Amino acid sequence: MTAEHTELDLPTAHCFPAPSRRSLLRTAAAAGGGLLLGLHLRDTDAAAPAGGETFAPNAFIRIGADGWVVLTMPYVEMGQGTYTAIPMLVAEELEVELAQVRLEHAPPDEKRYANPLLGVQATGNSNAIRGAWVPLRQAGATARAMLITAAAKRWSVDPTSCRALKGTVLHPASQRRLTYAALAADAARLPIPKDVPLKDQKDFKLIGTPAKRLDAPGKVNGSAVYGIDVLPPGVKFATLAQSPVFGGRLKSVNDAAALAVKGVRQVVRLDDAVAVVADHMGAAKKGLQALTIEWDSRRHGELTSADVAAELEIATRTPGVIAQSIGDAEAALARAAKRLDAIYQVPFLAHATMEPMNCTAHVRRDACEIWLGTQALARVQAVAAKLTGLPLDKVVVHNHLIGGGFGRRLEEDGAQRAIQIAQHVDGPVKVVWTREEDIQHDMYRPYWFDRFSTALDEKGLPVAWSHRFAGSSVTARWLPLAFKNGLDPDTTEGAIDLTYAIPNFRVEYLRVEPPGIPTAFWRSVGPSHNVFVVESFVDELAAAAEQDSVSYRLALLEKSPRAKAVLALASEKAGWGAALPSREGRGAALQFVFGSYMAQVAEVEVEKSGAVRVRRVVCVVDCGSVVNPDIVRAQIESGIMFGITAALYGEITLKDGRVQQSNFDSYQILRINEAPKVEVHIVESSEPPGGMGECGTSLIVPAIANAIFAATGKRLRKMPVEPAALKQTT
Amino acid sequence: MDFTVNVNGMMHNVDVDGDTPLLWVLRDVLGLTGTKFGCGMALCGACTVHIDGVATRSCITSIDSLGGAKVTTIEAIGTTPAGARIQKAWLDREVVQCGYCQSGQIMSATALVAENSHPTDAAIDDAMSGNICRCGTYMRIREAIKQAAESNR
Repeated sequence: MTAEHTELDLPTAHCFPAPSRRSLLRTAAAAGGGLLLGLHLRDTDAAAPAGGETFAPNAFIRIGADGWVVLTMPYVEMGQGTYTAIPMLVAEELEVELAQVRLEHAPPDEKRYANPLLGVQATGNSNAIRGAWVPLRQAGATARAMLITAAAKRWSVDPTSCRALKGTVLHPASQRRLTYAALAADAARLPIPKDVPLKDQKDFKLIGTPAKRLDAPGKVNGSAVYGIDVLPPGVKFATLAQSPVFGGRLKSVNDAAALAVKGVRQVVRLDDAVAVVADHMGAAKKGLQALTIEWDSRRHGELTSADVAAELEIATRTPGVIAQSIGDAEAALARAAKRLDAIYQVPFLAHATMEPMNCTAHVRRDACEIWLGTQALARVQAVAAKLTGLPLDKVVVHNHLIGGGFGRRLEEDGAQRAIQIAQHVDGPVKVVWTREEDIQHDMYRPYWFDRFSTALDEKGLPVAWSHRFAGSSVTARWLPLAFKNGLDPDTTEGAIDLTYAIPNFRVEYLRVEPPGIPTAFWRSVGPSHNVFVVESFVDELAAAAEQDSVSYRLALLEKSPRAKAVLALASEKAGWGAALPSREGRGAALQFVFGSYMAQVAEVEVEKSGAVRVRRVVCVVDCGSVVNPDIVRAQIESGIMFGITAALYGEITLKDGRVQQSNFDSYQILRINEAPKVEVHIVESSEPPGGMGECGTSLIVPAIANAIFAATGKRLRKMPVEPAALKQTT
Repeated sequence: MDFTVNVNGMMHNVDVDGDTPLLWVLRDVLGLTGTKFGCGMALCGACTVHIDGVATRSCITSIDSLGGAKVTTIEAIGTTPAGARIQKAWLDREVVQCGYCQSGQIMSATALVAENSHPTDAAIDDAMSGNICRCGTYMRIREAIKQAAESNR
């Protein structure tokens, strides 16, 4: 065991970890002068001494006598930069430098660490900055005001004659200075003031700068600890086979050969899964391969993805729940001079996070301890309590860095599996899914089926729009309170709130849950579907009107200046309209989702074989106030690559009730040799911030489809791109 | 069976089956968790280490194939000149996002710049297309490799 892990080995509390035992991101000066952060569980923590010396005015900030400012992170880091951007909000108002800040993951607490926009403790829906923008700055400002008051009292001066700077309070008139560390004990005894004013945006020193990511150093030297890396003392390693057909049961298993594998300790049988527990994952995998397993797959054993699509097609023949209704779309369609109809479909998609599903659990008679990376910590604690019959305060859950979330880590199925297995194991057990299990037992981006009807006026502009679609509502399962009268805010986002002015506008939704395949949130959630279908269909309208697709959109945006501005700038930066050789094309797309306006122009090349290469993407975003422009750029670049994978390759199919894809050979991910050049332009704005983690993904898919139309004249109404259909025939 | 492996300059005795992939010896037996598991089939590159300086997928490298070869992992790559340049370039260019694949990316990139001081885009594609990044940090990886190569000229 390496030194890096010795601190992890310390016994941790049986109830909520006390501050002194919480997992901390340890910082230390690196050789190069940067920050080193590593996630550690520490038995004693100098930053949080016992007694009244620690100043902790709220759930997010703790300042101890040693001068460290410890920030508790209500959202978990999974690549989106939240462990840099959230500290920037606090540090700006608190007047500390990021180098003085240490981070820790929040413990499970559905109330204290609730996401203000979701009402539960969760990281998702691109809303961390949107939710934290005011409260986390307030947390910093309030703490700063208290530290100033404490200093003023000490000096017997007026607090307004003091100011805070770089973790100290100054009294310029007398040139006195006290550090926050020296003031922490006094500040802790002061009443918490209300309504402390926030800084004017023009006075920001940190917000708006490309501050370096706090999580980067540990991620380039192997010291960052993800859920899959925890090594509690005595841990065993397990891997599993779950029923290949969803809802199937374990019929029989012959484990003689598996138990004969060196290092295999035991085989655990569950109702619908088998796990092999061993001294290391190599032995567990070898043991798993040596099992002879028989499954009962009668339920859903014949299901195909075509069955799912057929059911959705039938569902959309009848009216759905009205999600949006402006004017009278039906009447306007009835008297239409020109009408355009289309059907669109999007497939099931897997998350395929680079860190395969995993969770480590130690179940004892009187307590349970869990280590994992999760986007929904309190849900994991709740499911553990339910499975073990233990009270919540006997379930300790340690959160860790996540090696890619994209919605997959909002689900507690991985923790549930680990706990079920750990209930049969003496001591802690780390359950790691093989990549094949990870892809074949994902919870998938839903399949959706859409019908459009529009009426065009004599100029070719839409006077009526009818959009009816059917598919799963993930929200109805995940956050039932948000599913009301057959609708939820996510499933329809990007469909009901277009920036285009269309006088008669109707959207209907039919919730149809597919049998035998679980669904879940997937990066860009509802818009991952809606933006593709809407922006492709708008492109179809422009083509039907024989108009340039950018000019056509601009003509519909008179009442949406921010949308108009991003589209106009994107077309300018992309060189829209300049001639391209044959079988090359540009496609534009526009969206307002997650509170951000974005336009993209994709440039593609379609080879004779039909293979599509995305060469260049120009993206303009107006996401309101920007906390860290480099993280905004990084998220857009990332979202675009994620969306290109979906557009070119992404498809999960079912045959005989089983997912047919299993690893990166059959579920392809975009590689560096296929990655386009992405150019990001950020519009300056002082509006409240919009979300950024998912926007790039939803928008690139129609931009690519529209570019392929420009290059080939083929309209793609079903994803992913099918090269055979784009093959050059002449 | 007992095997002696040389990892980051330290000799370790491990008692595992000869066909055990090096990946699991590193992670689960020796506790060197910087090397990551991604696919188990050499399709994603997350598990890349250096064996006698050559970028190698540890998930399909059996422990009995090593002989006396020297294994270097992400935990020690910063002690090599090329590794240190790559790590610095990774930080300068803010390459990482979730970071899970980056150990493997850095090991592949280090092997490239250690032997090629002028990597072209094609050479970068060749060396790096076996490493998947689900966060899509490819543009920054390309820039960082060029920076690291230039910083040695």
